[in-house]
Amino acid sequence: MDAIKSFINIFADPRLFFLLSVVALALIVWKREIFARNAVGYGLMAVLAVFFAFGLFDENFVLIIAKPDNVPIVALIFLVIFFTWYSMREAVRNDERMAAGDDVIEKQESDRVWVWPDLVYTELISLILCTAILVVWSIGLEAPIEQPANPAATPNPSKAPWYFLGLQEMLVYFDPWLAGVVLPSLIIVGLMAIPYIDTNPKGNGYYTFNERKAEIVIFLFGFVVLWSSLIVLGTFLRGPNWNFFGPFEYWDVHKLEALTNVQLSDYVWVRGLGQSLPDNILLRESVGILLTLGYVFALPVILARTVFRNYYEKLGATRFYVTVVLFLMMLSLPVKMLTRWVFNLKYVVSIPEYFFNI
Amino acid sequence: MADAKTIEPQESSLVRFWNWLTETQIWTSVFRHAAPINDRNRVLVMLSNVFLHLHPVRLKKHGVRLRYTWCMGGLSFFLFLNLTFTGVLLMFYYRPTLEYAYSDIVGLREHVPLGIMREMHRWAAHAMVITVWLHMFRVFMTGSYKPPREFNWNVGVIMLVLTLLLSFTGYLLPWDQLAIWAITVGSNMARATPFLGYEGPGASLLALGDVQLIHAAADARFALLGGTFVGEGALLRFYVLHCVALPLAIGFLMAVHFWRVRKDGGISGPL
Ligand code: HEM
Repeated sequence: MDAIKSFINIFADPRLFFLLSVVALALIVWKREIFARNAVGYGLMAVLAVFFAFGLFDENFVLIIAKPDNVPIVALIFLVIFFTWYSMREAVRNDERMAAGDDVIEKQESDRVWVWPDLVYTELISLILCTAILVVWSIGLEAPIEQPANPAATPNPSKAPWYFLGLQEMLVYFDPWLAGVVLPSLIIVGLMAIPYIDTNPKGNGYYTFNERKAEIVIFLFGFVVLWSSLIVLGTFLRGPNWNFFGPFEYWDVHKLEALTNVQLSDYVWVRGLGQSLPDNILLRESVGILLTLGYVFALPVILARTVFRNYYEKLGATRFYVTVVLFLMMLSLPVKMLTRWVFNLKYVVSIPEYFFNI
Repeated sequence: MADAKTIEPQESSLVRFWNWLTETQIWTSVFRHAAPINDRNRVLVMLSNVFLHLHPVRLKKHGVRLRYTWCMGGLSFFLFLNLTFTGVLLMFYYRPTLEYAYSDIVGLREHVPLGIMREMHRWAAHAMVITVWLHMFRVFMTGSYKPPREFNWNVGVIMLVLTLLLSFTGYLLPWDQLAIWAITVGSNMARATPFLGYEGPGASLLALGDVQLIHAAADARFALLGGTFVGEGALLRFYVLHCVALPLAIGFLMAVHFWRVRKDGGISGPL
């Protein structure tokens, strides 16, 4: 029992957790015919259910899972996994039909039906079910109310509402101006840009994977691997002082984690060149600034001329650069994570004098 | 032998009652046509009922199937209606001041009979965040944002942001430890806004001579909270945003959203 628990605790470590979810996404896409099988989908749900049922016997686990505001996130885990599987299943089915020269399911079902009764009754039933679930949920689970607000007593950990915990988790890797302002704005801009930068006319109005491989992989990466799993990580696996705790671990306020993060400028000047840091800020941070400028401005151009040449020609300059810059911004999070885990890198550019850290 | 009488087939009393009821002036003043059991009336019901007229009269079969839409857009809307209803009930009891906010919430549980509307409101709010995400997920997976639905996708993204803001502003109102610290953590981000937050990069550049334009009492966070910390000003601002401004905005956009679903050719499908 305890062996299983400590085994799971190890796998929940942010590094493994993240790498495993990337591997899972790769497997899902690569072996999608297998993933799309009913046995796999229902099996996944069953495994999850067993995991949570098993967890209910552990007091530390219950402490986090059964917090009233965390209950929706348990539902979120099930729902996101279920619908990822479900949409892939429908996509694979349609792809198989198209490969066999048949119409997709949506095309076969394009006969018209009467809204009354077909749609109106579906809506009515959904409405009733939805209300019934809410009523039962509300009777069964009281809304939380804690001690009256006290600005002098900061709880530890202090957490934002759960839907922002992915952003709060980003604070581990980025300063607030990026994690809390710039990147969230770019998420919104990026979502809004999707219909205008995706010029692929196929896959409009039916499930398919083969006709939209890149789009779907990028979206799943953003929505499932980054957004959703970071929320789960931030809610269930971050305890006092935003330290990492496994699902079966006691939230010990005194848990110490060695903080040995190093600035890039330290790497360059002190460790690399064996000098002290220059006084001139721009000189001190020159390598980091060049790297950042290169990442944002030069890399897209290089990509356009080399590996993504095809895309560049297909999309045209404006669309291509908007897409690539947004994509690189999304990737900046995993890049920063990896450099942190591998090199203990704190900031690429660090100018605390102007609150400018990257 | 007595005369044999044929007995007229008798309608059950229920049917007679129904026939009588649907011919009364009250009934016919409300419903302008017979029940939608034939094609003519199936059209009429959609055209004459204000709640139904957002729908088309007929639509493609795949579009009504849960398989395609997961009903997530519809559920988001139902939850929104539910939230509006329970929210109005909550407003009867809740006063957004430091003195009363917390005790009004506690009182809801202790003094109000059958008082589950706070629970309903809170759980529906959490659920709506999830259904809106899943709705977006489904719209993406069916490629329904592609022309001609680009604009409606954008309306959706704005509603997604509004949904999160509604949740966020509502989170503060119980005025307990959970509330103010969650909002403190969230709104602290605003002070790091580039140029506009006093701890944001570039803010120190905005100065007239020696006078700093951006400081703790004049920056993005201050505008959000109506103060330098989560206090009385923030409570009032969040209350007004939560109960008036944001619901109006999202309600308006929902009207646009549904209208555009129709105008863009109904539920998407293969061309
Ligand atoms: C407040 C939240 C929202 C509500 C109440 C809502 C409601 C709806 C409803 C009822 C439909 C009809 C089909 C269906 O149920 O799937 C729909 C369709 C659609 N929604 Fe939303 N929606 C919301 C948010 C969003 C978001 C966040 C997006 C995208 C980012 C979006 C994009 C669309 C698009 C493109 C369609 C047309 C889909 C098609 O024709 O297949 N909506 N919406």
